[in-house]
Parts: sequence; C-alpha cells; structure tokens
Amino acid sequence: MSFCGIAGFLQKIVQWLFQVFPGSTSVLWVHNEATRSFATPSSSQMNPAAVITAEKLTKTYGDLTAVDAISFEVPAGESFGLLGPNGAGKSTTMKMIGGVSQRTSGKLSIMGLDPETHGPEVRAHLGVVPQQDNLDEELKVRENLIVYGRYFGLPLSYLRPKADELLEFAQLSDKAKSRVDALSGGMKRRLTIARSLINEPKILLLDEPTTGLDPQARHILWDRLFRLKEQGVTLILTTHYMDEAEQLCDRLIVVDKGKIMAEGSPSSLIREYSTREVLELRFGSERNATIGAELGGIGERVETLPDRVLIYADNGESALEQVSARHLRPLTSLVRRSSLEDVFLRLTGRSLVD
Amino acid sequence: MSTLSEGQAQARSATEAARERTFGPLYSRNALAVVARGLMAAKSSTWLVLVSGFFEPVLYLVSMGVGLGPIVGNVAGPGGQQISYAAYIAPALLAVSAMNGAIYDSTWNVFFKMNFAKLYQGMLYTSLGPLDVAIGEIFLALLRGLLYATGFTAVMAVMGLVTTVWAILIIPASVLIAFGFASFGMGITSFMKTFQQMDWINFFLLPMFLFSATFYPLSVYPQYIQWLIQALPLWHGVELLRQISIGSFSAATAVHVAYYLVMIVLGIMLTTGRLRKLFLK
Amino acid sequence: MTDNQLPTAAGTLRAHAPEVSAGRARRWGSFYYAEQVLRVMRGYGWSVFLYSVGQPVAYLFAMGIGLASLVDANNLAAFGGVNYLTFIAPALLVSSAVMTASGDFSYPIMDGFKWRRVFYGPHASPLVPQQIAAGHIMASALKFLLQSAVYFAIVAMFGASPSPWGWVSAIVATVAGLSFGLPLMAYASSITKDSGQFALVQRFIVVPLFLFSGTFFPLDSLPLGVRWIGWISPVWHGTQLGRVFTYGLEESPVLTLVHVVFLLGTAAAGWTLTRRRFVRRMGA
Repeated sequence: MSFCGIAGFLQKIVQWLFQVFPGSTSVLWVHNEATRSFATPSSSQMNPAAVITAEKLTKTYGDLTAVDAISFEVPAGESFGLLGPNGAGKSTTMKMIGGVSQRTSGKLSIMGLDPETHGPEVRAHLGVVPQQDNLDEELKVRENLIVYGRYFGLPLSYLRPKADELLEFAQLSDKAKSRVDALSGGMKRRLTIARSLINEPKILLLDEPTTGLDPQARHILWDRLFRLKEQGVTLILTTHYMDEAEQLCDRLIVVDKGKIMAEGSPSSLIREYSTREVLELRFGSERNATIGAELGGIGERVETLPDRVLIYADNGESALEQVSARHLRPLTSLVRRSSLEDVFLRLTGRSLVD
Repeated sequence: MSTLSEGQAQARSATEAARERTFGPLYSRNALAVVARGLMAAKSSTWLVLVSGFFEPVLYLVSMGVGLGPIVGNVAGPGGQQISYAAYIAPALLAVSAMNGAIYDSTWNVFFKMNFAKLYQGMLYTSLGPLDVAIGEIFLALLRGLLYATGFTAVMAVMGLVTTVWAILIIPASVLIAFGFASFGMGITSFMKTFQQMDWINFFLLPMFLFSATFYPLSVYPQYIQWLIQALPLWHGVELLRQISIGSFSAATAVHVAYYLVMIVLGIMLTTGRLRKLFLK
Repeated sequence: MTDNQLPTAAGTLRAHAPEVSAGRARRWGSFYYAEQVLRVMRGYGWSVFLYSVGQPVAYLFAMGIGLASLVDANNLAAFGGVNYLTFIAPALLVSSAVMTASGDFSYPIMDGFKWRRVFYGPHASPLVPQQIAAGHIMASALKFLLQSAVYFAIVAMFGASPSPWGWVSAIVATVAGLSFGLPLMAYASSITKDSGQFALVQRFIVVPLFLFSGTFFPLDSLPLGVRWIGWISPVWHGTQLGRVFTYGLEESPVLTLVHVVFLLGTAAAGWTLTRRRFVRRMGA
C-alpha cells in the first residue's frame, strides 16, 4: 500500500468517525456532500412523469426465462401492482428494479437512472420490503432501524428520533427494546416496512407484503400502506392475493410465466375480462363436469372447475333462475361480484392460488 | 389380528399402566424409537463429519507424541515407572475426547434440536415422553463415544503404545466417562436459553482439558491447586484410563470408577428433575 | 402529530437527499457495514472475546508453565536458547487469531447469504456487495487486533517478549488471521448448501494447522512427510514472524520476507476472490 493509499484510508476513518459522532465539524462534511451535484440523466425519450420505466425487460436463468420482455411505466405517486401466481416472475422484476439483480436484456430506468450502472444511487431512492424478512435478529428492534439508516449515511442525530417516529407508525413503540426474534410475523413485517422508510423514500417496493400473515395483521398492514400512498409515496407491490391488489393498487399488470397478460385498473380489468356478477354452483365433485356441459347458454360464459361451476352473468340471480328452470339442483349456490380472480382465470385458464 | 374391542382394552390398560409407572408420563419405554431416528439421521449426514471427530485426539497424539515426545523424553507413569511421553498423554487425550464428544452431544446438539430444529417438540406430540428422548440421545452419544474409543485404542496399538491386555478395558472405561458427562450435560443444557449461555460451557471445559494432568503430571502444581483439580471429573477420567493403559491398578482405581458412577446417578436425577419441571408443569 | 400519522408529513426531521445517500454510500459504504458488524458484536461478543483471549492464556499457563517444567528441565537448546514459555507465546498468539478467523469467516457468511440472510438487508440499501464483504472483513480485523493486543499485553507481563519490537507480533497475528480467514471467506461465500463443511474445515484444516505449524515444538522436529503442512500454513509463517519480533528468532532475512509475502499474498488473494464471489452471488 502506498503512502497516499494509507493517508487516504486514514482520512476516511476520520471522516467516518465524524459521522458516527456528529459534532460541530461534521457539518463541514455534510455540506461538502450536499453540494456535490449529480449528472442529470437524459430522459428525453422517456415519460418525464414516470419514476419507473421498463422496456422489453428480460431475465433468463439458463434455459428458464423468468421475465419475458415486459414493458411498463409507473408515474410518480401511483400505486402499481404486479399480480400473478408463484413463479410468474414478479420477484425477479422487483429485484431488477432494486438493482440487486442484473437484467439479461431490455431497458430499465428508475428516477431516470439505470440500476445496473447506478445501483447505489437508485437504491438511495428506494425503500425495499423483500419477500423474506431479513431483519438483523441479533439487534434490538430500534437498533435495526438505526443501523439500516447508517447504510444511507444518515447521521445519528437524524436517525434516533426518526426511528422512534417510525416505530410509532408501525405500532411497535412498546417493542423498541425487544429482540427481533420475539416479534410475531405481522410485527416483523411492520418492522421491515418501518425499516424501508428510514431514508424517506419516494418509491417503496413491496414484494408480497402480506403473504403468510393472519387476516388481522394484513388489515393493519394495508392501513399503513394506504397512509403512505396518501403521502404521495409511489408503491410498487407484488401479490398473489386478489383482495390485496384490489385494495391497494391504482393500476396493475397481470403477469404469468414472465409475460404481461393484461394491464389496467382493477375495475377496468374486471369490466374488460369478466362480467358484473358471478354465479358459483356446486353439484358435488363427481357431477360438476357433466352438469357444466348442460349449462350452455346461461349467462355470457360458463367455466367448469373441478370443485364448482362458474357462470359469468351481469345478473347472477336471474342466471340462477334459469338453472332452476332446467331442473338442475345444485348443492350450494352463491352470487357474488366479479373479482380479479375471475380476470386471472379468464386470462390464463388457471386459478391464481392453488 | 386382535379385534377392535380388544385393541381398545389394551390401549386403555397401557395408558393406565403408564400412569402407574414410576416416571409416569415422562417415559413411555420407547427410547429405541429415538435411537432409531438418530441412526437414520446419521446415515443421511455427511459421513466425513462423523468420522472427523475421531481424528482430533489422533492429531493431538501424533503432534505432541511425535513432535514433542523426543524433546520431553520419558515421564513417570501412574505406578512410578518411566513411560514414553506419547504413552503418557494417549489415555489422557482419549479421556478428553470422551468428555468433549459427550458434552457436545448432550449440550450443543440437544440445545440446537430443542430450540432451533424444534425436533423434540415434534417427538413429544407423539406418545414419546421426555425421558425417552433423553435416554435415546444419551445412548446415541455413548454409541458414538464407543466407536471413537475403539478407533483410538487401535491407533494406540499401531503406534506401539499398548503393552498390556488390560488396555482393552480402555474402551468400556471411556464409555463410562462419556456417560458421566452426557448425563450431566443434558441436565445443564435444560437451563440454557441462548447461544451466549452455551458459550460458557467452553469456559469450563477448556481449562479442565488443559490442567487435568493431561500433558504433564499434577506434581507441578502447589498442593491446593492439586486438590482443586482432583475434585474435577476429568482428572479422574485421565487417571483411570492412564492406569488401565499400563495395567497398573491401585485403590485409587476404585475411587475413579466410583466418582463416575456417582456422577451418572446425580446427572440422571438432575436431568429427570429438569424434564419433569419443563414438560409436566 | 396525530396518532399513527406518517412522521414525514408532520415531523420536522428531513432525511438528506437520495443523491447524498448514494454519494456517501459509495465512499464510506464499507465503513457503514463494518459499523453494523461491530454493533452486533458488541451485543453478544463479550463472551466470545473473553474466550478468544482466555483460550491462548489458558494454553500459555498449561504449556508455557506446566509443560515447561518437563521441557525446560531436559533441554533449552531445542528452542533456540529461549525458555519454552517465550517459544510458544507468539505461536499461541497467532493460532488464536487464526482460530477466531475460522469462526468469523465461516458461519457468519452462511448466515448472511442463507440462514438469516443478513447481507440482503444492506444489499437493498445503496451499499454494493463488495462493500458488505469489506465491512465484514474490516470489523473482523479490528477484533483480531484487539484480542491480539490484549493477549500480547499478558505475554509481556509474563516477560515472554524480551524484544522491544514484540508488539508488532499483534499486527502479525491479525494479518495471519486474514491470511487464513479470507480464503476461507471466499470458500464460505460459494457454499449454497450446508452439509457440515465448516466442521470439516475446523477438524481437518484448523486443528492440523494448529498442531503441525511449529506451535509447540520447532517444525524441524517433525518428519519431512508432515513438515510441508507448516510451509503452507499461515500459522507457521505468522508464528515464525512473530518469534522474530518477540525474541529475535534467528532466521535468514529471505525467509522472513517469505513469511511477509505469504501472509499478505494469501490475504489479498482471498479478498479478491471473496469480492468476486459476493458480486456474483448478490447480483445474479
């Protein structure tokens, strides 16, 4: 190591110490940093309002094409969902957006930056809630937030009060000094979300935020996410839950086998790919298929599944009357509103959650 | 094949019998199922890991015996006669190995299965009782100890360190030593809650390994330290194996064996008491 | 501030701009991660630290004083004219750092990639994989240095380091720890399935290195068939270099240079490989 190398190294240590123990001198360095200007990226051909732009984004692992030339744009402040079954390529897409997975081909830009070449800059804009919690179980709840904030170079004078605020937001104030492994699944999830907010990101990536949580924990989480949306945070979330997508997303893409099957708001997708109501009939697992074949002509479309028969109609009750008129007696019948589940079924011929 | 009602009658009487047994719901006389599971798991684990435990004392013996032996020369053995340094440390290393293996199997291994792999929770949802689990685990630990001791004794023979037929008794004696440590280790583990607490076990074991007349005679110490070390279990193990290895017995031999018998009884009492407390509240 | 309101809206706290975060992370990211590792260590590390100082001290007592009563009585010449305590003191220093390294650069790496996935938290922040690796290495190196310094102070109190340059041996031990630990880290970061590899490393590599690296007796007293273990051992190179500093072991300057080059070379190679593995594993 040359003398310059050692000197530079020592200088770094001194500067780092200033950050850990901010005193009057540390202002100097903050000032220094803040005045550093970043090259404004060229965004001429891109929608200026879009915070995320993907163009023919592709990722292959050997022979497997996980993400197959998908294109989408997310404007600032939108809540954007990727809906699809396990293995559809949602998480891979999220990882590429977060700059932690290199794409195979295509273009991707976050805040006008390419995550492949500007990983740190892109991630500085993001809050990330990964599919699996990766909290530091050896640290206390509050320490998790502070340590994470240090990765963004945030000073402790900011992080200490900020951590308390976020704990309150995540309804974890009374757990501040608990060990992470003492938290329930829902609490860990909320802590991960609180952690992702430590740098006040304008874009939040949530990969299956409520998978594995009980209904009550999910509702608490949705409420928190909705508040963030109200604050103007752009939410990008993947889910395989219809109700979650309907609750949280302004717009979504339905993904299957790495491809986009449809795009739009939840209500427009339902309008376009389904009917207003659905009549669900059960004739017993042995008879569903044979009776399903006799139901032609009722409603707009009949879908026969192993456990039930679905009749898509604008008026479910009148469809049920027509069934009765044919002297078919279902074991149970149910009229419900159409959901994204029906959209997915229509698009892929498969259920979303098996 | 018996009829259904007969089967029910048997089941009922088995339950009643279990209630009346000394250890009641602690023990269902099925420790063999735990042993079988352990053997199955051992079969699917990396055999090299299993075998590697045998090498550690051998490496110490080769290093210290071959490397340091010529420099040290001969040392006074249990009966006062001069023996080579390798012959002096070999039984001590085996005793240490029996201790380490038994302690590892009854502490770290049990701690991990209890708190992380949640293996015992699964077992206790069946008709197995905690004492079945404890006995099964201890038996497995002793089985492993038996294998290592046999291997090590063979190595001693190859290195020319075995001079008497008594030496064959080294094998059961080291199982006895392992039993003493294993039965205590499991009781102690039941008090442990975190990895950090588990670390403290090493704080106790390492000095015992180094200072229990393993590498040099007790006589180098002042009298009061000698007494302290003679109170600790490993010294008795080292001395017992050392005496057997050259076939030189004395009244002390009986004391060493008795020490371990008492340790086993107390250890099992401790472990059962703890199991009762933890699982039958 | 009303209850449950998002803090950013009402609070006066402002995070600095993302550009500042990114800039700082690019410059100091390794230090940020090192800081995190040190924080975690502070939480649980005391018993480990005490053990890593206590272990060589216990050996020092047992061997350097207890066993020495057998050894010194017979021949002092075997150990280059110094007493047995002085002979093994630097060896235990170096061995201890290497053993700590074998712990710090094995299981925690699996923990980071696989078990609790602790590397992936910072990976979603502006930090890059190389910095996560570097931070882990820096924090560990600091720990080696600290434990070596404390142990050396004890050795010095025993009078087992007659040379005024003895303190350099603490640095030698740290480098020896990295020389063994960084190649191990490169290996650990390539493991995707845990099947007891680290237990094997411990028993088939660390223990033999400890026992056959001229630790308790000069390497020359071993037959040639096993002497090579010392030649490729960071423990031997570190120990011999440590002896040069603590009691002025007489050896050819070329050999001394070989020790230095060996230790630094393996550490540098390990670090390079580790960086590569981290980038590949976290960027795929």
